[in-house]
Amino acid sequence: MIEQNLLMQLIIILPLLAIPGIIAFGKWPNLREAVTLTAGTLLLIAVIVFYQGFDAGQAAYVHWLELLPSLDIAFRAEPLGVLFSLVAGSLWVVTSIYAIGYMRGHGEVNQTRFYACFAVAISAVMGLAFADNLFTLFVFYEVLTLSTYPLVTHAGTDKAKQGGRTYLSILLATSIGFLLLAVVGTWWQAGTLTFTQGGVFDDSTSKVAASVLLVLFIFGIGKAAIMPFHRWLPAAMVAPTPVSALLHAVAVVKAGVFTVLKVCVYIFGIDLLRDIPATQWLLYLAAASVLLASLVAMRQDNLKKRLAYSTVSQLGYITIGALLASQAGILGGALHIVAHAFGKITLFFCAGAIMVAAHKTEISDMRGLGKAMPITMIAFFIGSLSIIGLPPAAGVWSKWYLLMGTLDTHQWIVMSVLMLSSLLNIAYLLPIPMRAFFPGNGQVVKVERTSIKEAPLPSLIALSITALMTIVFFFWPHIFYELAASLAGLSGGVNG
Amino acid sequence: MIDHLPILQVIVPLLAAPICLILREAQLVRWFTLIASVLAFVISVLLLQQVQAHGTLIYSLGGWEAPIGIEYRIDQLNAYLLILVTSISSVALLAAGTSLHKELTERKETYFYVAYLLCLAGLLGILTTGDAFNVFVFLEISSLASYTMIAMGRDRRALWASYQYLIMGTIGATFILIGIGMMYIMTGTLNMYDLAERLPEVQQTKTVFTAFAFFMVGVCLKLALFPLHLWLPNAYAYAPSIATVFLAATATKVAIYVLLRFIFSVYGFEFSFSHLPLQEILVALGLMGIFAASIVAIYQNNVKRLFAYSSVAQIGYMILGLGIGSKTGLVATLLHLFNHALMKGAIFLALAGVVYRVGSVNLKAFAGLGKQMPWTMAAIVVGGLSLIGVPLTVGFVSKWYLVLALLESNWWPIAILVLLGSLLAVIYVWRLVEVAYFRPAMQDSAPYKEAPLMILIPTWILVLANIYFGIDTSFTVGLSEQISGSLFGVAK
Amino acid sequence: MNFLEQYNYWIVIVLMMSGFYIVIAHGNLIKKLIGLSIFQTSVFIMYISMSKVIGGTAPILNEAYEVYSNPLPHVLILTAIVVGVATTALGLALAVRIKEAYGSVEEDVIQEKDLQQEGSQE
Repeated sequence: MIEQNLLMQLIIILPLLAIPGIIAFGKWPNLREAVTLTAGTLLLIAVIVFYQGFDAGQAAYVHWLELLPSLDIAFRAEPLGVLFSLVAGSLWVVTSIYAIGYMRGHGEVNQTRFYACFAVAISAVMGLAFADNLFTLFVFYEVLTLSTYPLVTHAGTDKAKQGGRTYLSILLATSIGFLLLAVVGTWWQAGTLTFTQGGVFDDSTSKVAASVLLVLFIFGIGKAAIMPFHRWLPAAMVAPTPVSALLHAVAVVKAGVFTVLKVCVYIFGIDLLRDIPATQWLLYLAAASVLLASLVAMRQDNLKKRLAYSTVSQLGYITIGALLASQAGILGGALHIVAHAFGKITLFFCAGAIMVAAHKTEISDMRGLGKAMPITMIAFFIGSLSIIGLPPAAGVWSKWYLLMGTLDTHQWIVMSVLMLSSLLNIAYLLPIPMRAFFPGNGQVVKVERTSIKEAPLPSLIALSITALMTIVFFFWPHIFYELAASLAGLSGGVNG
Repeated sequence: MIDHLPILQVIVPLLAAPICLILREAQLVRWFTLIASVLAFVISVLLLQQVQAHGTLIYSLGGWEAPIGIEYRIDQLNAYLLILVTSISSVALLAAGTSLHKELTERKETYFYVAYLLCLAGLLGILTTGDAFNVFVFLEISSLASYTMIAMGRDRRALWASYQYLIMGTIGATFILIGIGMMYIMTGTLNMYDLAERLPEVQQTKTVFTAFAFFMVGVCLKLALFPLHLWLPNAYAYAPSIATVFLAATATKVAIYVLLRFIFSVYGFEFSFSHLPLQEILVALGLMGIFAASIVAIYQNNVKRLFAYSSVAQIGYMILGLGIGSKTGLVATLLHLFNHALMKGAIFLALAGVVYRVGSVNLKAFAGLGKQMPWTMAAIVVGGLSLIGVPLTVGFVSKWYLVLALLESNWWPIAILVLLGSLLAVIYVWRLVEVAYFRPAMQDSAPYKEAPLMILIPTWILVLANIYFGIDTSFTVGLSEQISGSLFGVAK
Repeated sequence: MNFLEQYNYWIVIVLMMSGFYIVIAHGNLIKKLIGLSIFQTSVFIMYISMSKVIGGTAPILNEAYEVYSNPLPHVLILTAIVVGVATTALGLALAVRIKEAYGSVEEDVIQEKDLQQEGSQE
């Protein structure tokens, strides 16, 4: 038990411990990157060992301090948190490998600051994943926002500043304006913020109050990028690609939907959630977000922007899963956190690789690129399959359970939206690798052997790993399935 | 010795002031002032211990029992603020020597310390005394001293700001005097606790209402409640940096103490809140202050004035908490008193460092400072985050209680407004951050060095205090809750 | 109660309002200070007149008299006068310095010069 507690704290602190090393070796890039990679590897090992312990039924609970009377900073391991930490932990090291290739290939400045802020962000994600109560979660949520701001504005140009401004203002506005209010409101209503199986509200809570709180939560969790609070995500695309990949396809946005899931399952509880009138409307809102974002994505020519809107749309899936308030919905939502993480990070890695190697950012310029960058484009293809939800990629499972959820709850409109959106996914993702390999008659990239080559090796390794992972998780989804199932309260889960 | 602590608290800085004149030598005076201030701090800590151990301390001046004589009375509220004032004063004085040396000529330096000590003595006097007229006298001592300090600013606009402050401040003080006079007419006593006993008998007379109104307006002028804040921005912007640190962190807080003391201990909560529309007025003015001042702050190009307007807005939060009229609301006010002093203290001290190196606090001059003066700018950023109310800083703690108090009273819309107000803080803080970190330094100047250690150390003491009290809140929250409980206990 | 019976308070009010008006309406710094002094003085008179006991004498212990005026407000107002003198002195000193720095003691001239200075710094 003790070791498990220690390990959990270590996971949260480990990225921070790397920072002095990163800063101290700022002048020697090789050493600095070695520090990052070592920390990343250690973190991955720690997360896996922790998972094994958790799987064996060892609980973990750590109480750090009491910030305000009966408001604690405390951590506890539960299935969703472990799932999220596994995803974030394994992708940090991969992203670090990728970043080395990308940042050097792109000749970025201020790399020390970049790696340091990155480590803070990962630490915040881990703290968020293991948060035992809403208050702790909120604290790390804000730390995550602030630590990623320098990463978004990394380039320091006017455009980056503008993007950073949008990023910060929307995320802070929603979190301070709505989320904090919701947190205080919950505390005042329920008298506790600790995540509890089945929710914290008792019968005395009126449906109206619960509705108001739920609306505040869903709008307040700006990181979940529900329209109309999604603008920060495309704006954040000015960041270097590793940031877009890990943070804005995985860590930050997943922190958002993770919070949504946590709130739905452990604060409201599935039963209460089903009875709240607001749930239905929010479900429609999320569905609209899914559909609209897909439509907008179709019209984007900038690859990263298109991927960003696609992310907005996919996050809507997870929110829908949470709001369906059924076991299958929760299961699907939790699985989609994993599936989308691996799929989308692959796509972003590819986008970055294309940018570094071919200096192309617009989709219309990428016809015929497959010849020069075959590995990248194949990876892109696999990632796309996962996002769309076609075998043999991990996305199949999550989309399957999400659809099951809509069937269980007879949400026919939502179901048709999910189907329609998947079709749109095909329409805006698949043409990219297709045209890259089969350019057709359009204007084709002149591939001269000397000018465009595959991306730097570290980047290539990274994107191959994540692409392979999506396939691996199609065939062996057990780990994540069990965690998600135990979250949803289905039998067969651990610690159920 | 222990018995005489209440009077020593005031006497030490009061007597130290003329001694400074004798010492003359600026270097000598500097350390002497610091010692006096630290001594005052030690006394205030001892006082708090005494109060916590034995309850309210009563000290009769010259052995004359109240209500004939003047009595000094220290309860938790007094002790809490005494610690705040003396600690901020000591930290500011650590940096004073270096900063003033650059900003004043040497002959003036000694006089500045004299004025500083007198101001400190005046503020401590207000906080210790239990006599209404004494409050007026000490208020004027501290005000006159602060006019002097402000007028010593390098810019000639400091003179004009000081003059305006003098006119407004004197009007406010005279209003207070009128109010006290009318209370005396009706009750024949000046002792606050005697007043509290005798006022209920004559509660329904017009004179008492008028007295209350005059007194409140006078105090609100002193604490710069919107729209009586006009003197504050210029005074803070052009005063010598150290004076700004000290005044911003303490002077308005002491005025709020006077407000609390008279509302709760003298007139009683019943009278203040049920017979007069005080609640509506305070809430409305507090909210208007938050929004008007924050919006004006966004458009300032002088960074000191920007944060001065932000002070007006923060005072709005404190008044709002008071206006809720609940225990939790009062806790929020008391917490924000303390926390705001820490934030503004840190920010203005960091700005003192900027003035020292750059010589200007114009927004343009901050270009590139993020790289050139990393520690100073980091201090401002942490202070700014605290102003916004980001978790793990003190600002979050007070905001949490304010929102909680509003929800407890079922004032949802106002809770939303308060949170929107803190988003305005994001805007004005981030304007500065963007310039400092993303705008390249001006070409024609050599890069500035980091601020001198003697300014940096006290700045970071306050910055760390911002974080420490944002994480370990047992001291501030515990004490505030006790004070709030006892103030409401008195009211019953 | 006769309207004029409490004429002393009427005087206080008239003085107070005139003083206040001068402070607000006049742009000349010296005149403002004069207004401020009148304003303060009115309050002093209020304190003095309220302590008067009709038929009483000065509060000096003597067997011949039994009714005394209340001495406390006198003492208070002595303090307040000192404060008032200090304020006026400081105000005048500031006015001198302002005259040196701006070349004028007129409010509008000073404000205009400030505006110019701010304009040139932009």
